[in-house]
Amino acid sequence: MTLLVHDATLTYPDGEGRLTALDAVALEVPAGTLTAVVGPSGSGKSSLLAVAATLVTPDCGRVVVAGRDTARLTPAEKSALRREEIGIVFQQPNLLPSLTAAEQLLAMAHLSGRPPRALRRRALELLDAVGLADKADKRPHELSGGQRQRVNIARALMNEPSVLLVDEPTSALDHERGAAVLDLLAALTRERSTATVLVTHDRTHLERADRTAVMADGRLTEPLPAA
Amino acid sequence: MFVAWRDLRFAKGRFALMGSVVVLVTLLVGLLSGLTAGLARENVSAVTGLPASHVAFAAPPGQQEVSFTRSRVTEEAWRVWRDAPGVRSADPLGIRTADAAAGERTAAVSVFGVEPGGPLAPAAGGGPGPGRVVLTERAAEELGGLTAGSRLAIGPLELTVAAVAGTAAYSHTPVVWADLDDWQRLGSPGSGSDAASGATAATVIAVDATDGADLAAADRAAGTETQTVADALGAIGSYRSENGSLQLMRGFLFAISALVTGAFFTVWTIQRSGDVAVLKALGASTPYLLRDALGQAVVMLALGTGLGTALAAGLGALISGGDVPFVLDAGTVLVPAAVMIVLGALGAALSIRRITAVDPLTALGSAR
Repeated sequence: MTLLVHDATLTYPDGEGRLTALDAVALEVPAGTLTAVVGPSGSGKSSLLAVAATLVTPDCGRVVVAGRDTARLTPAEKSALRREEIGIVFQQPNLLPSLTAAEQLLAMAHLSGRPPRALRRRALELLDAVGLADKADKRPHELSGGQRQRVNIARALMNEPSVLLVDEPTSALDHERGAAVLDLLAALTRERSTATVLVTHDRTHLERADRTAVMADGRLTEPLPAA
Repeated sequence: MFVAWRDLRFAKGRFALMGSVVVLVTLLVGLLSGLTAGLARENVSAVTGLPASHVAFAAPPGQQEVSFTRSRVTEEAWRVWRDAPGVRSADPLGIRTADAAAGERTAAVSVFGVEPGGPLAPAAGGGPGPGRVVLTERAAEELGGLTAGSRLAIGPLELTVAAVAGTAAYSHTPVVWADLDDWQRLGSPGSGSDAASGATAATVIAVDATDGADLAAADRAAGTETQTVADALGAIGSYRSENGSLQLMRGFLFAISALVTGAFFTVWTIQRSGDVAVLKALGASTPYLLRDALGQAVVMLALGTGLGTALAAGLGALISGGDVPFVLDAGTVLVPAAVMIVLGALGAALSIRRITAVDPLTALGSAR
């Protein structure tokens, strides 16, 4: 199992009490599958992604990424795990304004201590895979919203992660462009054997998922059959 | 510095603006350093050039600090120093400022009275002797271009120029090296009748002592207070006040540079905190991000300081040959530049430490 979240509970301070963001959540995502997590705003979807991305440590429960129990990792080891094993597709592209599309990907290689120059070919292949081969030298402000989101996806795949965490990737896109991005994510998940978790509030996306789970009030209910 | 380099290129307007501030501050610091060194040279070069390790002053009364102006040492004190164990040489040195005249030209000079043939006396033209003086180049120039054999008058003395040599200056006046007996006939500053009484042998005693010499014991026996040559410069009133003011200005400029650089990088770090959160979420370690940001600061500081230093050196070269006292060397050019970079980097480091507090969680769900 590439991603395993076992009985994870996460609470935040809320006035004099605590707000439960995740309530004994359990999730298993095998390699090469796309699991969609749907639910309304505030249901705990983003908290689940944050826990799976090792950005937040749950109060109790376990998170295992690529066979490594993240509870035992130091902050530096968690950073390394995010670099090497976890790809994050942000809700908004979150591209760095000073970098071209290709450099957004090469920055990931540099973070991992690999020489960016040697990996330029791989970056261009990934941009080609998301349909942006001719935009490699464009900066974010020269790209459309859909193109920026595709660079966001390519960047997440640059270091060949085993887990891909996708946060509402179509929220800033129209329906047609959103559908294209989701088709791309589903295809890349199978092609590159990533364990992909897609968080969304839009149920029209579920047809691309291998499995679907519903999040409500911090609890993950029984997986629904794929739409 | 993958991201930092590209930030420098992308935000070149902002960095150029900040860099130009660094250029201007460096230019100012460079010019001020050269001027400070030039003025210091005109104040103390005759003292720093003495073949001595220490200067013995007459012990001042009470808790007063020693002063070249007030010090008057006796021949007895000199003999005590000459015979003190561990002292290689001890020679009386008389210093007073006087007006010299040659024809219709007059100039303020510092008369340094030394023993003819002694270690303090310049060797040029046989050195100073009874009725003969050695002029520094500036003294000769200010007196109308005197040369060896020319005549001049200092106070009641009619003197012959033995030679023109050296650039020694004291308290912004050129030095005239004279026989100590002639100097004594001029009288000590402010004393009037000391020469007649014979009580004053000289102003100070130039002492060349070994490391093991018991200076305190000699001071007690001679009634003197001894300082190293470097410390003794503080006993030149004009040097202490002038140098203190200029060094204070230089210090403020260094502080301003560090503060301005720190302020710029504080704003810059706040502006890019979103980028930092994204990079952290993607796996960038905090040390990586700190190195990246500090490297960016050092590059900007190095470029700005380099250009400012080049401009200061160029302007310094232009003015140092004229009347402006200006020293252009590694100490006045490279040292201030290095201090600017170090202090600027320190200011930047204090500013970019807020990178450690950026929460990568903010990258999830943020709109950028």
